[in-house]
Amino acid sequence: MSKHHISVTINGTVYEDDVDSRTLLVHWIRDGLHLTGTHIGCDTSSCGACTILVDGRATKSCTMFAVQANGREIMTVEGLEKDGKLHPIQEGFHQEHALQCGYCTPGMMMAGVALLQRNPHPSERDIRVGISGNLCRCTGYVNIVKAIQYAAEKMRASEQVPVSAGEGGE
Amino acid sequence: MASEVHTHHGLGEAYKRKEDARFIRGQGNYVDDVQLPGMLYGDIVRSPYAHALIKNIDTSNALKVPGVLAVITGKDLDAAGLAWMPTLSGDTEAVLALDRVHYQMQEVAFVVATSRYAAADGVAAVEVDYEPLPVVVDPKKALDPDAPLLRPDKKDRQPTNQIYHWETGDRAATDAAFAEAQASGVIVSQDVYIPRIHPAPIETCGCVADYHSATGKLTVWMTSQAPHAHRTLFAIVSGLPEHRIRIISPDVGGGFGNKVPIYPGYVCAVVASLKTGKPVKWIEDRSENLASTGFARDYHIHAEIAADKDGTVKALRVHTLADHGAFDAAAQPTKFPAGLFHICTGSYDFKHAFVDVDAVHTNKAPGGIAYRCSFRVTEASYLIERMMDTLAHNLGKDPAWIRMHNFIKPEAFPYRSALNWTYDSGNYEGALRLAMEKIDYDALRREQAEKRARGELMGIGISSFTEIVGAGPGKHFDIAGIQMFDSCEIRVHPTGKVLARIGVQTQGQGHETTFAQIIAAELGMSPDDVDVEHGDTDTAPYGLGTYASRSTPVAGAATALAARKVRDKAKKIAAYLLEVGEDDLEWEPGRFYVKGSPGKGKTIQELAFAAYTNCPPFLEPGLEAVNYYDPPNLTYPFGSYICVVDIDRGTGEVHIRRFVAVDDCGTVINPMVVEGQIHGGLTQGLAPALYEELSYDENGNVLGGNFQDYLIPTAMETPSWELGRTVTPSPHHPIGAKGVGESPTVGAPQAIVNAVVDALAHVGVRHIDIPITPWKVWNILKEKGLAVD
Repeated sequence: MSKHHISVTINGTVYEDDVDSRTLLVHWIRDGLHLTGTHIGCDTSSCGACTILVDGRATKSCTMFAVQANGREIMTVEGLEKDGKLHPIQEGFHQEHALQCGYCTPGMMMAGVALLQRNPHPSERDIRVGISGNLCRCTGYVNIVKAIQYAAEKMRASEQVPVSAGEGGE
Repeated sequence: MASEVHTHHGLGEAYKRKEDARFIRGQGNYVDDVQLPGMLYGDIVRSPYAHALIKNIDTSNALKVPGVLAVITGKDLDAAGLAWMPTLSGDTEAVLALDRVHYQMQEVAFVVATSRYAAADGVAAVEVDYEPLPVVVDPKKALDPDAPLLRPDKKDRQPTNQIYHWETGDRAATDAAFAEAQASGVIVSQDVYIPRIHPAPIETCGCVADYHSATGKLTVWMTSQAPHAHRTLFAIVSGLPEHRIRIISPDVGGGFGNKVPIYPGYVCAVVASLKTGKPVKWIEDRSENLASTGFARDYHIHAEIAADKDGTVKALRVHTLADHGAFDAAAQPTKFPAGLFHICTGSYDFKHAFVDVDAVHTNKAPGGIAYRCSFRVTEASYLIERMMDTLAHNLGKDPAWIRMHNFIKPEAFPYRSALNWTYDSGNYEGALRLAMEKIDYDALRREQAEKRARGELMGIGISSFTEIVGAGPGKHFDIAGIQMFDSCEIRVHPTGKVLARIGVQTQGQGHETTFAQIIAAELGMSPDDVDVEHGDTDTAPYGLGTYASRSTPVAGAATALAARKVRDKAKKIAAYLLEVGEDDLEWEPGRFYVKGSPGKGKTIQELAFAAYTNCPPFLEPGLEAVNYYDPPNLTYPFGSYICVVDIDRGTGEVHIRRFVAVDDCGTVINPMVVEGQIHGGLTQGLAPALYEELSYDENGNVLGGNFQDYLIPTAMETPSWELGRTVTPSPHHPIGAKGVGESPTVGAPQAIVNAVVDALAHVGVRHIDIPITPWKVWNILKEKGLAVD
């Protein structure tokens, strides 16, 4: 089995490793890096539990090889909270009771973040389309939609607040 | 946060969930997240055939695969007496097949390797010679005299594929009522098939088995809805002493009944750990989960109602053929082979009823578990709600009227049904009336008439279901002999903070929050000060686990009663400290005070401190309590759902326009959690109505073995559910709660089907089997001349 050297930035940290060509990105993240917040729910890219952001795009990490992530920038659920402050999507999921067993939650939140990055003003239908690649068995999606709406409002409001000097944002 | 700033005490509050903190940060601890030093991985060789003899298994090439350490076969297990394991229905199931496979994807060998990938390579390298045998997939054909005998190992009932015949009710009185209706009333009958479906939690099943040879202790992290029962079964099957078995059910990613049975993979991982001395992880992939673990339903039902011409129901007669697959592994109480299916008289006052069920083997995966319901209550509710609509349509009555006319009246509770259940409480008219008001039923009927005149297809469907949940009592209900009680242990620490442990186990229900609220309400403190643990058999008190909506009715009752024991002891301490008699004390939330002197009192926190620092000499120090609760009866949640659908005459597609769900689960502990459960349950009611089916071709090949073929509703298909509530407490539950997690899954499918049939009733349609696909509807439209291009 040929090994490949990869260098991947995950949640701001650069990880270097030698991986088998067939190692799935999700297995490398979970088993190799012990970032177990990203989950696996199917074998067919259907459920979205493994959704992460690769260069800002929502990506099912069971459908990529680790070698394909070489040189890319990844964000997983572990990267949402910054300096002890929850991301608005995390707050929204808690406030609106958008999770029960929690298994689909990380992938669902990452899909939500990707949606809000490209569409800060989503309609309910936009949200439903945006998370249609992610399955949830517990919530019936009602409160997930509300949580993403909560995050959208929160993110829009925070953008209107002027950033004080010395506080750089992304 | 200091407890004194809280003014609320837990019950009835939309208190935000404690569980969320770890889940929203990706810090849950699910079984596949467990990584132990030196851990090995197991993977399973499965049969491609539905029925075949195994002529030979050659593991030599697999053992040459880099990383593969061992291959375990049925013969290896047989030598240790572990080739077969008992099921929860008194059958035996092959752990690894010995000489014969009985269904596609059955477990044949277990490969142990140093990585997931090496284990999969090993699976591919195991060579098995099969000799295919004739396959039986149709349960009706399983009973043919010349059908192949599927279970030659079952010497007690050869030569037949029939597992059991079971019946209940008064056959003679029921037949007499039907004879009378034949002469002077009406009889309606209908064949109804409730297809095989799969709970499909997003986390599949799996475990990490870790045996320490030095201590003899086996620890199994396991996707288990019933860790204590599983520990006992592991002890019985393996012969290991039970105090050296520890089952930890950590965070579990949904269960819905799928994680009640013990599966061969768990047993193989344990054997592999015993054999290698290393921890062994086994995690199913999705195809394995769908094709081999516990399915639900698969009931072929023929139902008949006898009624007066005015629509008053008299008698119900039901015959069912149940397809249990290759092994009878239905997870239900021992004395109830068809579960609680005989709740099928539903919300209606039938004087007579008779039900019989014949169960058979086929070459399909074993199971017969719940899919988010209490032991076949979904099948029961579906059939009666469909039949009431059939009766209404045949008599030209409104489906709402036929229900109101036949409901068990509020004053009739406790109500003894014709099939001998004692319903605890209910107000069925109230729930239906509220649902009709919320959706404006009369306006919808007017709209339907106008649309029908224009050739548009719109339907309104009602389901007024009654659930039956919360098993025990233990004298009637047991799992593998263990009575279905449940438990809670409460420890109040000296500073007044509480650690509670419960015998049930959450898979998303939110016990860490809601059970904290029960204790907080009983002790008058903030739920912030109460932590709830569960799922670890070394620490939690013995319990039967979470399924069949039994957590709140049974363990919730144990929790309230354990808290009351704590309060009773605190009262004795208060009397001692305040130098008064116990009878001189009054309780207000969080505090005992002297009658007539409200200023003279002690808070629960002060009393907890005194229990450890200044305990009365006549009491044991400390402030703890345990309660094992055996319920006196089941609880009977109910509700009325109304669904409005529009049907596309071009495509046959069913569009759910509105769905109003009024639920009554008695006392509500946390309305936010209850509503969340109802949203999820409704979606799992929508799923089988329109999308999900685990079907097989004539060769026994699974046709729904992945999420591209087995259609779980996404946010696109799922409507925005509208909820309502009535509250009719259970008279026998300490806080009046009934349980709610499964009501909507039980009640929803028939509301949707009734709506679709209602849209087509005027052209003579009386029933469409689920899932109602566009193809089925389009064929009906075509046949009735309603299809448009």
